Amino acid sequence: MGSKQSPTMTRVLKAISIVALMATFAPCLLFLGGWMGHVAVKHWTLAGTVAWFVTTPWWMSRNLPVDAKEVEI
Amino acid sequence: MSEDRSETGGEFEREPVPDSALLGSGKFWGMYAGEHTAGTEFMIGPLFLSAGASIQDLILGLLLGNFLAVLTWRFLVTPIATRKRMTLYYQLERIAGGSLVKIYNLVNGLLFCFLAGAMITVSASAAGVPFGIFYEVPSATFGFGAPSFTALVLVVGAVMAIVAAGGYQTVARVANIAAPWMIAIFAACGIVSLVQMNATGIDSIVRGDYWRDAVQFVQSRNGPQTFGFWQIVVFAWLCNGAMHFGMSDLSIFRFARSRSSGWAPAIGMFLGHYMAWIAAALLLAALIKVQPDVAVGSDGRVNANPGLLAYQALGWAGILCVVIAGWTTANPTIYRAGLAFQGILPATSRSVMTLVAGAVATLAGAFPNLSAQLLDFVGTYGTVLGPMGAVIVVDFYWMKRFGLQNEFAHRSGIKFNLAVFIAWLLPVAVGLYLIIWRDLFAAYAVIPAWLVCGILYLVLSKFTQREAVAATQPNWNHSANAGA
Repeated sequence: MGSKQSPTMTRVLKAISIVALMATFAPCLLFLGGWMGHVAVKHWTLAGTVAWFVTTPWWMSRNLPVDAKEVEI
Repeated sequence: MSEDRSETGGEFEREPVPDSALLGSGKFWGMYAGEHTAGTEFMIGPLFLSAGASIQDLILGLLLGNFLAVLTWRFLVTPIATRKRMTLYYQLERIAGGSLVKIYNLVNGLLFCFLAGAMITVSASAAGVPFGIFYEVPSATFGFGAPSFTALVLVVGAVMAIVAAGGYQTVARVANIAAPWMIAIFAACGIVSLVQMNATGIDSIVRGDYWRDAVQFVQSRNGPQTFGFWQIVVFAWLCNGAMHFGMSDLSIFRFARSRSSGWAPAIGMFLGHYMAWIAAALLLAALIKVQPDVAVGSDGRVNANPGLLAYQALGWAGILCVVIAGWTTANPTIYRAGLAFQGILPATSRSVMTLVAGAVATLAGAFPNLSAQLLDFVGTYGTVLGPMGAVIVVDFYWMKRFGLQNEFAHRSGIKFNLAVFIAWLLPVAVGLYLIIWRDLFAAYAVIPAWLVCGILYLVLSKFTQREAVAATQPNWNHSANAGA
């Protein structure tokens, strides 16, 4: 999936992924500052989650870590 | 590298890693950043609160315990890994013999099944929330939850087993992609929980009134419990005992160009076993503060329901995180257990053995009490697997100094090194006895078992090597010369 699109497209997708990750995390900071309600936090976090999983697989294709089958706790 | 890959995973499984394949420290920091933030964190964090730990002890105890864990990786694992450059299994095979490694692998596989079972329970707890199916812990260790929850566990377990049987790559890829997002979700869970409890300043966070109230609430329903500072330290240090004291991560660090790569687990520890544990614990404290009725099960006790906790903090994103965290942890665990079982029965197919492992894990997952006792299980896991690391350490540093042969199985051609077996079995048996029948906190057994195993291996080798040499004198001279 990762290396088939052009470098420009990859950069665009990476940028969207970063925005998506910010949309996942930033709302809780706005909630902390009193600038956003709890329900809105849930909506933004879900939107960020969907965007992250739609865009990231297209560019994140790093090799599996060595012995990735080892179990983590 | 690809031609050296095998079905059982990893590269250069039966030879030292060559210089051309060595990796810089940055690779290890990148890899560990996504490690140790897993489905287990959703269970372990709330268990600290349920067990009665104070927030101050938790903040400082986890700091110290995780630091000790990092030191163990750096100064115990990495020096051997960068000198020998072999996997744990290959080193063990050269010391203990192939037959004994199969037994070790089988035990490993069975423990993996229970760990995967706990993750199936965690995922089912989240998948059940939209359907009103809730995770509740019965009083009996091997008691089932509600019939609807048991049915859900069976469905989730079957799906996970089938996916694991299909191969490892897809799930590993999802886990890679999910890792940064999962860390963000854990952090968001913690922050939202603090806001819900009006603990928005450093002073109020550290003072911990919200935490004390939650602990009192739990203890008024579940009965008094204590979980002190040193228990937290030892647990944080040794919950990955199989990986550092047990030398499992030799397989990773054999690729390290420099020993400084041994510091890399710090990022995994402090994201997963510090931030994520505390965030997950805060989820339970917040639920108790905001919806105390929901936190109490039908039996009147407070049980941490990971799916419900994440849902009340972050809604559907929280549920997705618990499902994906549980799934991406359970799948490699089932896969790895399947490989271990296949090692015992080489004529069987990996897929069939993975399904068998999945079935065992699903059965374990149907008993909610097993996941509720994850603190004990993880300590037991380290007690059982950790001591084998002592064999490797003693073999590496001290065998020659005491006039004994290192890598004895390799040099003598034996398949079963009795000294290793007894040295492993005795302390583990005593440790399990103390944990199961004397209620010893499981993580406390890891280091004593490790030390006793190392000493026993050295002492017993004095006898077994003498006998083996006497019995096979001509062959021994030849192989010892060849191996020197």
